Amino acid sequence: MFRIGVDVGGTNTDAVLMQGKEVVDGYKSATTEEPGLGIIKAVSTILNRNNIDTKNIESVMIGTTQFTNAFVENKRLEQVAVVRLGYPATVSVPPCIDFSDNLRKIIGENFWIVNGGYEFDGRLLGDWTTEEITKVAKEIKNKNLKYISISCVFSPINEQQEIDTAKIIKEHNPDAIITMSHRIGRVGFVERENATIMNSSLGKLADKVISSFKDALKELKIKSPFYISQNDGTLMSADIVKNYPVLTFASGPTNSMRGAGFLSKKNNAIVVDIGGTTTDFGVIKEGFPRESAIPVDIGGVRTNFRMPDLISIGLGGGSIIRENNNQVSVGPDSVGYKLDKEALIFGGKTLTTSDITVASGDANFGDKNKVEHISNDLITKSQNKIKNMIEEGIDRVKLNKDDVPVILVGGGSILVNGKLKGASEVLIPDHSDVANAIGASLAQAGGEIDKIYSYSEMGREKSIENAKNDAISRALQAGAIKDTIKIIELEEIPLSYLPSGSVRIHAKAVGDIF
Amino acid sequence: MIELNLTNLEDLARGTAFLATGGGGDPYIGKLMLKHQLEQGKKVKIISPDEIDDDTFACNVLTMGAPTVFGEKAPNGLTSYEAMKKVEEIIGKKFNAIMPIEAGGVNATLPLVVGALSGLPVIDADGMGRAFPELQMVTYNVGDVSINPLVVINDFYETGIFNSRNSSSGEWLSRAVCVRMGGICQVACYPMNAKQIRETSVHNTIKLSFEIGSLIQKARDDKNDPVEEIIKYMGKSNPPRVGKLLFTGKIDDLLRETVNGWTRGKMYLKSLNDKDTLLVEFQNEFSYAKLNDNKVLAMVPDLICALDSETGEPITTDSLRYGQRIKIVAVSVPPIMRSEKALKLFGPRAFGLPFDYTPLEDIK
Repeated sequence: MFRIGVDVGGTNTDAVLMQGKEVVDGYKSATTEEPGLGIIKAVSTILNRNNIDTKNIESVMIGTTQFTNAFVENKRLEQVAVVRLGYPATVSVPPCIDFSDNLRKIIGENFWIVNGGYEFDGRLLGDWTTEEITKVAKEIKNKNLKYISISCVFSPINEQQEIDTAKIIKEHNPDAIITMSHRIGRVGFVERENATIMNSSLGKLADKVISSFKDALKELKIKSPFYISQNDGTLMSADIVKNYPVLTFASGPTNSMRGAGFLSKKNNAIVVDIGGTTTDFGVIKEGFPRESAIPVDIGGVRTNFRMPDLISIGLGGGSIIRENNNQVSVGPDSVGYKLDKEALIFGGKTLTTSDITVASGDANFGDKNKVEHISNDLITKSQNKIKNMIEEGIDRVKLNKDDVPVILVGGGSILVNGKLKGASEVLIPDHSDVANAIGASLAQAGGEIDKIYSYSEMGREKSIENAKNDAISRALQAGAIKDTIKIIELEEIPLSYLPSGSVRIHAKAVGDIF
Repeated sequence: MIELNLTNLEDLARGTAFLATGGGGDPYIGKLMLKHQLEQGKKVKIISPDEIDDDTFACNVLTMGAPTVFGEKAPNGLTSYEAMKKVEEIIGKKFNAIMPIEAGGVNATLPLVVGALSGLPVIDADGMGRAFPELQMVTYNVGDVSINPLVVINDFYETGIFNSRNSSSGEWLSRAVCVRMGGICQVACYPMNAKQIRETSVHNTIKLSFEIGSLIQKARDDKNDPVEEIIKYMGKSNPPRVGKLLFTGKIDDLLRETVNGWTRGKMYLKSLNDKDTLLVEFQNEFSYAKLNDNKVLAMVPDLICALDSETGEPITTDSLRYGQRIKIVAVSVPPIMRSEKALKLFGPRAFGLPFDYTPLEDIK
């Protein structure tokens, strides 16, 4: 049996055909306005040239940046009804206060801050009542709003009020598409509410994109289930993504990192993705990207959901090299997609990192004669500079002093030659150009939780056990097979200024889908 | 007089993060609260302590509690103003100005929110000249300003009034109620007259925040080194301060624990040539920096700030991470924070450190 991994990016739609742990074939095509068309092209190409009957496809996994791009560009977003449970607290910071003016105009000012919420120790905050929520539900109906965001203070500790609120709103608005914040983010209210609102604003697009994917698979006569990859590299069923598009926001870099780890058979490594303009550094731990601990901005909006912890520097195959007073600088600017016109090896006038690599003999493309005049001194200095930049990046993402395997992917990996400081080994795997699609095809489902526990009341062991079980039951819900579920992350964060023993626990479980 | 607007708000937030010296709580929520007030058309007037009239009577307002809770449960907004009115009611006299107790972190912005709500001017002076973890750690105590009446209030307008025997006891008692109020509460305390403001506070610290914030931004725009610019600027601040770049390096090790509600920790930095090590300890805020395990380079109350090597962005102890490139900058505090009485409140020994205070500029 075979699996198909697809990556629908802003420019390219890639497809790979996988058999067990083998990459059978990969193909790159252009992304189309209607994303399904690009998928049909890429998938049918690999199926045809390998003579695969669609009956032998057991599943399809898709990674996509469609939703990220739409949000960042403020395109195809909907008006949102924002229902916040937390009165009398939180009114000093109304919803969407830090969104751009344009976004605020699109989302609208349909806000309700109602009595409700919880305290950090689980006690009730405001008095949540059916009557008040019913009133809000009716007002939403009168305003004819379809996409609804519900955010409750400390809902990561107790989701009940969000669930009860959603139920009442749905009774009065059967067509409503509701997002509850406890499904989206962790402790940190403004960021979690922001992400919930973002998710609601993408509701219509999500429906359209998922339908387009479904139609494409129908057209391809593939009847197997299909899944979408989310930020942390695990998969969700397509029907869940339709309700939680925001959970795909960082799946692009995540898939590329997971794909790199898979191709080089490493579970713990640093992945260096060298593109034309920038290089991204990230860490894979037990096969999954390490997540960022600090808030991440997307399209100018601060969020706190699960994103891979990446750093990015201005170094790539098109980075411009300058010589000044015997000093060589590389980037941060790049000739970018104009490399094939502006680099010396292509007859241009700009000295780029690619020219240095060709001049040194490490790679052979373009016209080598055009870079013969470059002195050995300049080649050495430039190469040392590039190497230093990469070594510094590696060091910045490392968790500790130990050397770790380093995996190089992306077109710019030719810039690196030989050993790197801080790396126990340097690997450049085959098929790294379609690492994203391969990452998408790696079938696992996960669940996580982030709650505050009282060790003085529950005890440390029982609290941790409780957190682990919650994460596991969420992984089960997401489709993981029970026997394969493992806890891959467990973090205890003691809280300051609270009674000793208040600890925030973050646990994450993943398991195989097949 | 300075008037706050949506543009200089960013400068203020960044400057207060600098003066928070690693602690003080995330100024983000405070910034959003102020943004909301300004968007409603509210004005915030900030006046220098040199401009105040003799009949000035000001109240200190602040948020007390756990930063994690503050990040989840922003306050009602009106309650700190209510706490202040409660103080007025008890002493039978109206306030005509507001004072920040702290120059760094979330409590540097909160009084400005009360300024917007009440229409009263905010005095550009505070009791800490930076951020400190507890209520008694203020220069007001040098002049024996009473913390009482100390009023705490929650989002339900439930109020607690303390008539404490001293400020340390006020801190101890109100902190316990704060936990029962859901881990965060609003506080009004230390009512002060003009003489007390002039003589016992650290002056011009809001202006200092604006200037630090704007010069970090300007240095970035002009492609200058923000850290260098900050150090140069300190000599021109009012009163003049000494700024020193203590160390440039990367985080080599990090240890963190919570003891009695405080986040304590140690950060070890290694210089880029691998030769030197700097230890920076923190107790919510950075408390001292020690070179190669034998020489203390700076200590409380002088400011020790961790800044991103490239951008100059102030880094809080929560977001320190292995491998980060950091510059450690120390800044001297004004003389009022260095008297014997002040050092008893927030000098090295007050933080349990086994040495006496040496001013930053005396350490060669």
